[in-house]
Amino acid sequence: MFSEADWIALRLTLQLAAIVTLLLLVLATPLAWWLARTRSWWSRPVAALVALPLVLPPTVLGFYLLVALGPEGPLGRITEALGLGLLPFTFPGLVVASLIYSLPFVVQPLRAAFEGIDEATLEEAAALGAGALDRFFSVVLPLSRHGIAAGGVLGFVHTIGEFGVVLMIGGSIPGETRVVSVQIYDHVEAFDYAQAHGLSALLLALSFGALLLLYTLNPRLRSV
Amino acid sequence: MTLPVRRFCALLLIVALVPASANDRLLLATAANFKPAMEELAAAFRAQHPDVSIEPVYASTGKLAAQIRKGAPFDLFFAADMQTPQELVQEGLAAAPVRVYARGRLVIWRAAGDAASLALADLADPRFTRIAIANPRHAPYGARAVEALTAAGVWTLVQPRLVYGENIGQTAQFVHSGNAQVGIIALSQAREPELAQRGSYALIDDALHAPLDQGYVVMRRAADRPAAARFTALLATVAARRIIERHGYTVPPAALE
Repeated sequence: MFSEADWIALRLTLQLAAIVTLLLLVLATPLAWWLARTRSWWSRPVAALVALPLVLPPTVLGFYLLVALGPEGPLGRITEALGLGLLPFTFPGLVVASLIYSLPFVVQPLRAAFEGIDEATLEEAAALGAGALDRFFSVVLPLSRHGIAAGGVLGFVHTIGEFGVVLMIGGSIPGETRVVSVQIYDHVEAFDYAQAHGLSALLLALSFGALLLLYTLNPRLRSV
Repeated sequence: MTLPVRRFCALLLIVALVPASANDRLLLATAANFKPAMEELAAAFRAQHPDVSIEPVYASTGKLAAQIRKGAPFDLFFAADMQTPQELVQEGLAAAPVRVYARGRLVIWRAAGDAASLALADLADPRFTRIAIANPRHAPYGARAVEALTAAGVWTLVQPRLVYGENIGQTAQFVHSGNAQVGIIALSQAREPELAQRGSYALIDDALHAPLDQGYVVMRRAADRPAAARFTALLATVAARRIIERHGYTVPPAALE
């Protein structure tokens, strides 16, 4: 049912989503913790910045990324100076774009989970002699496991479903940047509706399955 | 509800209910590459026929055809190829004949450096690490670019370094942003001020690929509408031909008669 090109696109997409989700869980955790706990005025612009990909058209994000990561863009100059070359049309470029694009989907549930942790619990742990890091790893993270699971699942499926940004900076290179959503688009544009149906149905089932899992594990989930 | 909320809802209601002009309206489904020329043609038409509201809609030929098949209310269809409008005629959605309104040309375009002396064979040079073409699976300009690269004998050397634009516009943007050093785009784009200011181009010999003929048809639903006939009459004028040619297309002599 799937062609070889479809399988390549599927493998690439799952690889991208897995890498992005792992990186996001690491990067989003301190950010979400800070947003949940700080009283600084700066949390507002930072929260707005993090949430931007929720409302921005992906084409806007992709367009600016293409310009910024290009040879004359500020980020492109940095990556070239570091010997990394230019990121557009490369797999690492997609990872960078997806990190930005999926960030709010991981930060929001984490932040909600962190906000739900009672200050008194942390104070008790401190009174028992637990240091800041110890408190975080042995109290905060176990108490936030539902939020972490939610962030991971949402980040994963959202990266799988990403289309506009990839279309703008990917260049549709097989095995490198042609992810499933772009492959579906190419099928549709070439009037190959049967192939498009196969991959689309798979994405639909995968996304529904992931969300069903999420809501089954955590029926009280309100934050997403 | 508080007063500001009520006012806001009332405003939304007004915006939602204002009718979007009910005049004699002509909707032109137009292949995106023809946009600059179509804007001028539409302006010329508006000057002559202020009573008709003419609205070009731009998208890829494939998307427009798909929309037409699902009942989109277009009156004329300006495709980027001949095959798609011919299929619509066979399906009974459009009224024959399909006429050529423009013939496109391919160019090698660079944003930085001089392209004027470049030939297709030069693209084999490894200094061009990224070469942009439109996706040959569904963009006519991409398919013709592949034919030309193959005919020039450099396809196998160039192919690993290709990046594919979703359409010819995105292909140009890949080069314009500097992310691809060189691209194969349409002459009509290279003539656009935004691109003409930044880069330079070399024409690709059109004997190396099948002709990039772009055909239009009148949709079945507009076959008896005088406004549609007035627009096709405008296309047959010398003034219209000049507009189309100025934008980097040739107009086959027999096409618009």
